[in-house]
Amino acid sequence: MSTATAEPMVRIRSVRKRFGPLEVLRGVSLDVPDSGVVCVIGPSGSGKSTLLRCVNRLETIDAGRIWVDGELIGYREVGGRLHALPPRELNRQRAKIGMVFQRFHLFPHRTAAENVAEGPVTVQGMGKRQARDLAAELLERVGLADRAHHYPAQLSGGQQQRVAIARSLAMRPKIMLFDEPTSALDPELVQEVLAVMRDLAEGGMTMIVVTHEMNFAREVGDHLVFMDDGAIVEQGVPREVLAEPRHERTRAFLGQVL
Amino acid sequence: MSTAGVLPAEDDAAELPVVPARTVRPGRWVAAAAATLFLAWLAYTIIVSPNLHWDVVVGNQFDHRILTGLWVTIALTVVSMTVGVLLGVLTAVMQLSGNVVLRGAASLYTWFFRGTPLLVQLIFWFNFALVFPQIGIGIPFGGPKLVEWQTNALITPFVAGLLGLTINEGAYMSEIVRAGINAVDPGQREAAEALGMSHAQVLRRVVLPQAMRVIIPPTGNQFISMLKTTSMVSVIAGADLLTVAQHIYLDNFEVIALLIVASVWYLLLTTIASVGQHFVEKRFNRGHGGLPRRIGRNLLPFTRRERLV
Ligand SMILES: Nc1ncnc2c1ncn2[C@@H]1O[C@H](COP(=O)(O)OP(=O)(O)O)[C@@H](O)[C@H]1O
Ligand SMILES: [Mg+2]
Repeated sequence: MSTATAEPMVRIRSVRKRFGPLEVLRGVSLDVPDSGVVCVIGPSGSGKSTLLRCVNRLETIDAGRIWVDGELIGYREVGGRLHALPPRELNRQRAKIGMVFQRFHLFPHRTAAENVAEGPVTVQGMGKRQARDLAAELLERVGLADRAHHYPAQLSGGQQQRVAIARSLAMRPKIMLFDEPTSALDPELVQEVLAVMRDLAEGGMTMIVVTHEMNFAREVGDHLVFMDDGAIVEQGVPREVLAEPRHERTRAFLGQVL
Repeated sequence: MSTAGVLPAEDDAAELPVVPARTVRPGRWVAAAAATLFLAWLAYTIIVSPNLHWDVVVGNQFDHRILTGLWVTIALTVVSMTVGVLLGVLTAVMQLSGNVVLRGAASLYTWFFRGTPLLVQLIFWFNFALVFPQIGIGIPFGGPKLVEWQTNALITPFVAGLLGLTINEGAYMSEIVRAGINAVDPGQREAAEALGMSHAQVLRRVVLPQAMRVIIPPTGNQFISMLKTTSMVSVIAGADLLTVAQHIYLDNFEVIALLIVASVWYLLLTTIASVGQHFVEKRFNRGHGGLPRRIGRNLLPFTRRERLV
């Protein structure tokens, strides 16, 4: 992070979020430089998913600001005051932010190719032929060219997750958010998904990855964040944080998962 | 079995011949014979009964008045179901929206029309002129009218029947649609929103197509039931199959024969609808393992090849 002088691709500042009486994010700040890969680890319930969901505004935030690609998410600042964006503007912002879910959430009534083409056709108004070519190209990229006409129910978990990644990529996002993308997979299917993500990272995609795959965090991540109880407890170069955590809570967590 | 020598007992067991359990059940045979005998006797009595004028049945089965009534029944069913489904979708979406006023209006509608008898509603629409002798378009709250009609001219028995059936059906369909929408995994909505889809797009492209799987079977039942429910419009002289049959038997006093004529048509319609229902349900199970995987895959080229996007 130290060399990044340019505007970060994602800027999260003092974000707070509560669900009723429960404060789930207690002032989280984080920068992700262009082409950076930030991995987020932490115990269940620490607010990792919520943080990701705030970035593409599947959740509203109670305080703080989030910018993606220089744009304030969810609001427009006019005369020192924040005005909530109308739905159309929100949708435009979301279209630039890819999101991959733990449980894939592919559209079960559409084939792999149709899933990938859905965003460009419906949201961007892309022509069907062009969208079909794009879907073919992206499925090829995630190694599923031969599964284009299969329905999600006919694919393995790993294949479904790769289709889900292709579906997000079809929108040509500026950043990709991954929420435990391999946690719902059988162990033997984890690597094929991680390989696709590694590929993306090497291609210069800006990524925030919530994961329990410490090897991935170490080898692919530029930066590692440990969250606990709604706050970032410790962060730094993945190799260093994983090898010599400075905080007691980080040590306790890593002791459990490693 | 590399350890065969260690486990001789198991090998012996595997070679024992299997004798299926004896399934001769004398009670069943007796019951079947009795039922057959009863049905034969019933058929015989019905066919030879001098009180059932089969010649009248045959003579009236294709009577042009009956056929006209048949068309009215079909029209009432198709129109009230089509509009009723649209009304149901609209009401369900209103009910699930965040807007309190829309939600309240939708709840009031379903509460009222599910809570009063359809028969009462039909008679009400038929007598709508008693409440509003004229219907017009203009400025509300007593302002000037641009166009105005006599209600009696506008609301014929057919229109009254259509109104009653449609509005009633919409109230029931809204519950069915709502259940269907609620059955869709919330993750689907989120995935669609994350792509940047608007609320309307999420609903149209992602939620409703999946809700269809849940909505279609009960809707098919509603359709089949509606084929028969249309007969209620006979109380307001709705010109449907039953109304026409009644008109004829009031002339020739062949009550039973004409009821049989009507029933034959109702049975034919419901049978065709049931077959249609079966195929529609199959179609909407696509992508959900409704078919065994291998067969499903082999069928794909035939069903979806040209419809990639
Ligand atoms: N929609 C919600 N309503 C209420 N509580 C929620 C909601 N989403 C998450 N939470 C709570 O917020 C906390 C953080 O959740 P989450 O961000 O999913 O954690 P993580 O992804 O780190 O496991 C948990 O206690 C969870 O129960
Ligand atoms: Mg989570």
